[in-house]
Amino acid sequence: MQADGYLAHAPGYVLNEGPKLITGRFVHEDSFTLERYRATGGYEGLRAALEMTPAEVHDEVRAATLLGRGGAGFPAGVKWGFLPPGKHPYYLVVNGDESEPGTYKDRLLMERDPHQLIEGCLIACYALGLRQCFLYVRGEMALAQERIAAALNDAYAAGLVGREICGTDFSVDIVMAWGAGAYIVGEETALIESLEGRRGMPRLKPPYFPAAVGLYGQPTIVNNVETLSNLPWLMVNGSQAYKGFGSESSPGTRMFAVSGHLRRPGVYEVEHGVTTFRDLIYGENFCGGIRDGHELKMFIPGGGSAPWFFAEHLDLPLEARPVGAAGSMLGSGAIVIMDDTTDAVRAAWRVVKFFARESCGKCTPCREGTTWLEQILRRILDGEGRPSDIDLLLDIGDNISPGPYPAAAHNGQEAVPFPPRQTTICPLGPSAVAPVVSTIRRFRQEYEDKITRQDPIRIPVAAGAAP
Amino acid sequence: MTAAEPQVGEEVAVEIEVDGIAMQARPGELLIAACERAGTYIPRFCYHPRMSPVGMCRMCLVEVDTGRGFSLQPSCMVPVSEGMKVSTASEAAKKAQDGVLEFLLINHPLDCPVCDKGGECPLQDQTMAYGPGETRFVEEKRHFTKPIAISETVYLDRERCILCDRCTRFADEVAGDALIHFMGRGNHTEVNTFTDEPFASYFSGNTVQICPVGALTAAPYRFKARPWDLSETVSTAWVDSVGARVAVQASRNRVLRVLGADADAVNWGWLSDKERFGFEALNSSERLSAPAVRQRGAAWRDVGWGEALGQIAAALGEAPPERVAVLGGARLTNEAQYMWAKLAKGVIGTDNVDAQLGDGLDPAIVLSLPRATIDDACRPGGTVVLMGPDPKEELGALYLRLRHAVVNDGVKLIEVTPGATGLSHLAQHTLRPRPGTTAQLAAALVATAESSPAADRSGTAADSGTASRGTGAAGASDADSDATNAADGIAGTGVDRSEFEAAARCLSEASDAVTVIVGRASLAEPAEEVEAAAIELTALPSVKFLPALRRGNVVGALEAGLSSEWLPGRVRLDDAESAESLIDAWPRMPETAGLDAAGILRAAARGDIDVLVLLGADPLNDFVDRDLAYRGLRGASLVVAVDLFMNDSSSLAAHVVLPAAGPTECDGTFTNLEGRVSPMSRKVTPPGTARPDWMIAADLAERHEPGSASDLDSPEAIRAELARVSNPHRLITEQALIQNALEGMLLERSDTTGEAGGWRRSGRPTMGRSPVGRTEPETGPAGREDNAGTREETPDGAFRLVAARTMYDDGVMLRHCPSSRGLAPAATAAVNPADLDAGSLGQGAAVRVVSDFGHLEATLVTDLGVPPGSLRVNWLAPGAPANALIAAGADATMVKVEAR
Repeated sequence: MQADGYLAHAPGYVLNEGPKLITGRFVHEDSFTLERYRATGGYEGLRAALEMTPAEVHDEVRAATLLGRGGAGFPAGVKWGFLPPGKHPYYLVVNGDESEPGTYKDRLLMERDPHQLIEGCLIACYALGLRQCFLYVRGEMALAQERIAAALNDAYAAGLVGREICGTDFSVDIVMAWGAGAYIVGEETALIESLEGRRGMPRLKPPYFPAAVGLYGQPTIVNNVETLSNLPWLMVNGSQAYKGFGSESSPGTRMFAVSGHLRRPGVYEVEHGVTTFRDLIYGENFCGGIRDGHELKMFIPGGGSAPWFFAEHLDLPLEARPVGAAGSMLGSGAIVIMDDTTDAVRAAWRVVKFFARESCGKCTPCREGTTWLEQILRRILDGEGRPSDIDLLLDIGDNISPGPYPAAAHNGQEAVPFPPRQTTICPLGPSAVAPVVSTIRRFRQEYEDKITRQDPIRIPVAAGAAP
Repeated sequence: MTAAEPQVGEEVAVEIEVDGIAMQARPGELLIAACERAGTYIPRFCYHPRMSPVGMCRMCLVEVDTGRGFSLQPSCMVPVSEGMKVSTASEAAKKAQDGVLEFLLINHPLDCPVCDKGGECPLQDQTMAYGPGETRFVEEKRHFTKPIAISETVYLDRERCILCDRCTRFADEVAGDALIHFMGRGNHTEVNTFTDEPFASYFSGNTVQICPVGALTAAPYRFKARPWDLSETVSTAWVDSVGARVAVQASRNRVLRVLGADADAVNWGWLSDKERFGFEALNSSERLSAPAVRQRGAAWRDVGWGEALGQIAAALGEAPPERVAVLGGARLTNEAQYMWAKLAKGVIGTDNVDAQLGDGLDPAIVLSLPRATIDDACRPGGTVVLMGPDPKEELGALYLRLRHAVVNDGVKLIEVTPGATGLSHLAQHTLRPRPGTTAQLAAALVATAESSPAADRSGTAADSGTASRGTGAAGASDADSDATNAADGIAGTGVDRSEFEAAARCLSEASDAVTVIVGRASLAEPAEEVEAAAIELTALPSVKFLPALRRGNVVGALEAGLSSEWLPGRVRLDDAESAESLIDAWPRMPETAGLDAAGILRAAARGDIDVLVLLGADPLNDFVDRDLAYRGLRGASLVVAVDLFMNDSSSLAAHVVLPAAGPTECDGTFTNLEGRVSPMSRKVTPPGTARPDWMIAADLAERHEPGSASDLDSPEAIRAELARVSNPHRLITEQALIQNALEGMLLERSDTTGEAGGWRRSGRPTMGRSPVGRTEPETGPAGREDNAGTREETPDGAFRLVAARTMYDDGVMLRHCPSSRGLAPAATAAVNPADLDAGSLGQGAAVRVVSDFGHLEATLVTDLGVPPGSLRVNWLAPGAPANALIAAGADATMVKVEAR
């Protein structure tokens, strides 16, 4: 381990002080092997689960209030309860398509500890009485795919996956699939479409949950990699111990990927709900403050889709509810820090460009609106902006996401709580509105400073003049 | 399926409130459809009532309150629910609609002045009605190469495309030809085909019709007219016997476009490309436009109608009635068919009349079996037995209906065909009887289905038990299963036993009426086999039949008496005294039963026919025996062709040619395969002096016997007489036709004529060989036994010929249709890959297919859809007519393949 906490074999991960429920093995260079995994208590959670009835395992997860780590923060135990009884087969789909800008925690979990994820899958399958699990890994994550494939092979060979696991009558097959490079496949219904071999485009809702109609039309549970990686520890130590960490409403630990203008950016496992943004950004145990003595200008608290926060939000705890009430979301656990050297318009443009490129093209407002937003921002940056462009940006945003858009309180305006409304099928379109609304609301002057052109003179069309 | 399910009629209406007005919706109905029925139009692009909703365009966003407050919802995705409140014009809804329209327009090229869709464009219309009016978009628009040809006829302009998913959904969901797809993503999403895989679908034209912008255009209409210059009439498609309803659009006395009309009972707005683009032939400059007589030296001389008709009338006057014959007539309207039937039978007195050319079915089968409608066949949860041609190739619009029924409505399809069809992959059960064993198989199916399913299953279990207790030697168990097969009556049919049992069980469990689609799967087989099979299937409870005849108005021809041994109104000639009104209206009746097409041609070849009228017929290409057709045409003393074009037969043998008015050039009615009578409307005038067929017949009748047709001076007058003399037609009144202008009206069914109709089901187990009265028992089984053996037992290297029609061929109309001229597939000889192993010939080899009667040159291809031992050729490939291989009346045609 290097002095600053970085691990040479786990780039991006910072080993700091504090409870390590899911990243504890990262210190070992060979943490991804079955030998190391077993030597460090691996597959004990599965063994513990197999000694319970499936219902007891489910109850334990429910009791632990294990919140989903993919973005929505929905309790896993409750989600599992949505499976309609008797409509077998059920499927478990692991969402390993981590592609939210700034998020790279699941990649580390898959690369560094694939067996922990596999064990988590097995525990979930056992609790839900299902026999087939699909592990969907983002297409670009070659190393994660390699490690998971190797781990699956070892686990199959060791009798931990497959038929009659550990000598019981519990059998599960785990299949790895990988994406073709589309951000939208992180949306669970688009992931299911992709898994079925079609274009990764979100499905229409209702049905709202894949638990009702999912993969191949069957009830399907879609869980995030980090969520499932919590299960082995939870099974070994129990829900009471689990709730000993974090806050009451958000127990356990959570991984945050903190990036940007920091002294020590990286992925941290932190106690959920009790740590604040200030702790994480300025704490010596964490990121150690802004680089080169600069000041914080703004930060994105929950991945590229989240509305932006500012210095006054630093004391909010890392917990979904207060963050949502303040006008943003904790999302996928990606925090992007921007210091006072950052050009707000350019930063907004960069995030919007991402969403414009990643729009799947299915529904009109997202397909056309995100690109239009990007074009206007680009034009403003290029010195071709017009005074009306600012209101145009806001109005395009309103046509993608009608009504007041979630935003932090500013200048007497109250905070608009998350989530946004949408004219689109999925939240990708509204995500592109977040940086635009956040920056215009806060840094309108920066926009105006960049605007150099005049609006064209419009010749008013007299009423009734049209033929 | 079960009695517990509520019947449609019992459904309770759902009360909803739209813009403050209470209304009733149907349970499960989509909000957008419910609002439209109530008179509130919600703008939309992607929603199409005949396809599943996708909610992509977001144009139909409205505010919906289901108890938790108003929120924006796409009304094409939301089913109505009790107490739902909807606001279609609230501020939020208007803003969302405005926004979506603006998004759609920013990258749309707005090239409306040069766009074919301009004037009938939903994007244009809705922009006018809902749009923002001014653009705020100053950026460069998205660019694609302007139109690219995605098939021979369809062009795609991706700049205009608004990605509504209608065409791609149609191709995938409705036609089953998923050849166009979304590609790319985000703002660069486009519709396109895969490389080297053009959108070669028989139904591609539908995508042009449903495109809500001008992105898809079809070659025949590109830059031909502006919509506001078109006038339109609703008519009936004439190229096949489905009788799809169409809108014929013309400008300046020229038909420019045909669109599908959404008749719920028939074609749902869909058309095959042949129906859609077939009108092009009518505009051909090669249409016959003046009567002509052949002079010595084979040169043609245009003459006046008086001279031409006078010459024919003179010949008719001299010829004894039995030496006059009329071939063809399926092209004609019902009125013209009746007029020709009256001329031939009632005025001249000959019964030598046949509208079919040996490629159809016995009229008794068509007219007397209980007739199903398309809706009967497609009723959700029903069962369909396909015992005929490939609907995808021959009856396009019917194929789309059947496909929908099987894919979406749980209709079970049992396929009893000699080879794969366009529906094979959807069939619940597939039985491939060896040629000549279809009737035997049908009888066995009925017998097994009639015994209770439970008994059947236990019997199977006992059988297998016996087998497993046997010696274990393969020979012994084979013998055992042979015995079982024999007991079931499927020995020698070559069908898989378990599949047979499953099909029989499916039939026995059919809760609703079973519909049998009966027709000629192979024109190299005589009709008797499938006719006998159909008659066996009449034993199924409340079974109905849909005759899969291909040629245009052929059912109308049979109903109008344009067939030997039959008079109008499904009256047999030998029963003529019962048709009193007919006796009143007709000067005379044929004294003896006449000849069918084969008989007429044989007689003509012998020199026994003085006047042969080809009523839109091309026997050389369409009759099953090319050699006989040739000899017959050459043997007749006077050959008169009444047609739109010179065809191969009239070029060869006609002495007088009369130009007829085409389907868009005369008024009348059409009878489709269901017996549905729907109007055909005159939209343009015929070329030159061409006349409607009825007028030609009426003129000849007057010349032959003055007064016989003096009051038949209009289609209406003829229709009135037909309704008077024919019982099934008696309800086809002018008023009824107007009232049922879109759907047409069904002729009275003849479910009761049964035995009187001329067919009778011989009891099992003799499995009737003489039901139709043409084939004698002693001639039948010989061929059958030849083929009862396995593949190895057929003569060395010989194949059983299957001749099947394809959608496009070298027919005279298609030859004159610019957009489909190149689409007729070249001659192929398709065999099962297993049959190629031993031979030295491989896929793609140039071969000569030789029968005892002739040969044709083709390319050898392998096709798993062709059973081992069979060889399939396409019927009328350019330069390679399959009927050169076939002899009329032969039980089967064996062919060999030689290298060339």
